[in-house]
Amino acid sequence: MDIKFLTDIGFLIGSVGFVWGLKLLSSPDSARKGNAIASVGMAVAIIAIIFAPLNKGDNNYLWVVGGLAIGGIVGYLMAIKVKMTAMPQMVSIFNGLGGACAVLIGMVELRHFYNGASPMTGGQIAISLSALFIGGIAFTGSLLAWFKLEEWIRDNALVLPKHSIFNMVLLAIILAMGVYVYMENIDAGIGLAAIFMVLSLIYGVSFVVPIGGADMPVVISLLNSFSGLSAASAGLIYGNNFMLVGGILVGASGTILTVLMCNAMNRSLLNVLIGGFGGGGASSAKGAAGEQIAKEVSLNDAAIQLYYSNSVMIVPGYGLAVAQAQKVCKEIDDLLESNGVDVKYAIHPVAGRMPGHMNVLLAEADVPYPKLLDLDDANAALKNTDMVVIVGANDVVNPSALDDPGSPIYGMPILHVWDAKNVIVLKRSMRSGYAGIQNPLFFHERTRMLFGDAKDTLSKLVSEIKSL
Amino acid sequence: MDGFIQFFEEYQLLIYLLVFTIILGFEVISKVPTVLHTPLMSGANAISGVVVIGGILLVRQAESGDFLSLGLGLFGIIMGMINATGGFAVTDRMLEMFKKKKKK
Repeated sequence: MDIKFLTDIGFLIGSVGFVWGLKLLSSPDSARKGNAIASVGMAVAIIAIIFAPLNKGDNNYLWVVGGLAIGGIVGYLMAIKVKMTAMPQMVSIFNGLGGACAVLIGMVELRHFYNGASPMTGGQIAISLSALFIGGIAFTGSLLAWFKLEEWIRDNALVLPKHSIFNMVLLAIILAMGVYVYMENIDAGIGLAAIFMVLSLIYGVSFVVPIGGADMPVVISLLNSFSGLSAASAGLIYGNNFMLVGGILVGASGTILTVLMCNAMNRSLLNVLIGGFGGGGASSAKGAAGEQIAKEVSLNDAAIQLYYSNSVMIVPGYGLAVAQAQKVCKEIDDLLESNGVDVKYAIHPVAGRMPGHMNVLLAEADVPYPKLLDLDDANAALKNTDMVVIVGANDVVNPSALDDPGSPIYGMPILHVWDAKNVIVLKRSMRSGYAGIQNPLFFHERTRMLFGDAKDTLSKLVSEIKSL
Repeated sequence: MDGFIQFFEEYQLLIYLLVFTIILGFEVISKVPTVLHTPLMSGANAISGVVVIGGILLVRQAESGDFLSLGLGLFGIIMGMINATGGFAVTDRMLEMFKKKKKK
């Protein structure tokens, strides 16, 4: 049989694998199978492209196989080694590399065009430029998102005065330049294309800079759809339908996912991008808060209250993840359950650093799935809950979101923990949360504070409960 | 406008493919429980590693003496492959955890 026919069938199988895999990925029972199917689709397509007959070039199989082997091994090791708490960073890095790959492809193909090695139609020039632009934003934007998640860069460190105007001007310059390079066709030269690329890379940074750390999940999701689109552009350069399908699928699903995440925070995408959080005005919270005093509770009291209550709701946040306290949390859960206490977990849609991140972390600690309540179920259940234990969460339980229009998180749906009879907040200090704003909940009459490292405090609670 | 019409007529099939794939992407994802947002994002991210196909094409189409293209292409393949392999592996790790407690 004809090799070209076989490899084309391979691409078709790969495309079906992607669509089918994504479909299965969107339901909990079949998700793992879906991921496997998508990866098989990718493998089939890679084999197909290795054997597909080309009408030019020297094949250079040593380079191809070498690159695949190095990339495969490095990627696999990174994925195996990474801690589950650092997941968002990892996704961000992977995503950035995909974008960088599209930039390289666009640049090399443009170079071939400008030095006369291979002709390009006007459409192909435009597509190459868009691969440079979108891929460039995905690359540097993802890197900055990674730095921000690691907290290597402070939120406002690089923000210029009038930053959104700067961004708009930069974007206008890039677009105008793109149009110019396109119009001039071969006369534009590789130099201009290179400047276009550099400006795109700068725009990626400048685009993410004003966005607060708490909004990084949305940004990563958006950049994910960008890297999909850049892959699709690269596919168009080569007229490869498989790359087009894969890239567009990611572009579309990434966009929907981004919108879903924004909805979970009750904010528009535009609002997130302009940087609603993290701005200098974030400290505008009620000045009166300073006069109030948060009340502390002793470990012993907390243990007794928990052990003899009927129902306990645990509200986990990123602090729990950072302290690696999921397992101790589960231990307390078991102890309380053995005394007939009904223990549930309230999972805010943006708990952790990504939607669903907290579910992954708790699943890692063997917390049964039915115990995790989503926002609406949790708020309904909170009215009949005796004790709420907040572990390392802050902004998602901040009542300012309901009653203080001046607060940066005003309008975000939150967990109404104060509906419960008592609230215990486990916290390292009175420092404000990730969004950098004061939380009046800590001064609420039903709230008691328990200071200390989350894991440490929870372990002490375990021994206190055991000794009861 | 003439240019646009010509473009549309010429690439009609491609435009169909584009439009239907976008609709498919929206449709497949639109009903997802929050629990799966992170694995789904990670899985979709792995799929965007398809760009590695372009890297392979680039290297295969290059002449064996064109070391700049070869070098950059190699770099591209490595990065695209990290994106794909790492993405799928890390998604599998996440989903494995959901599986474990299911057995109970």
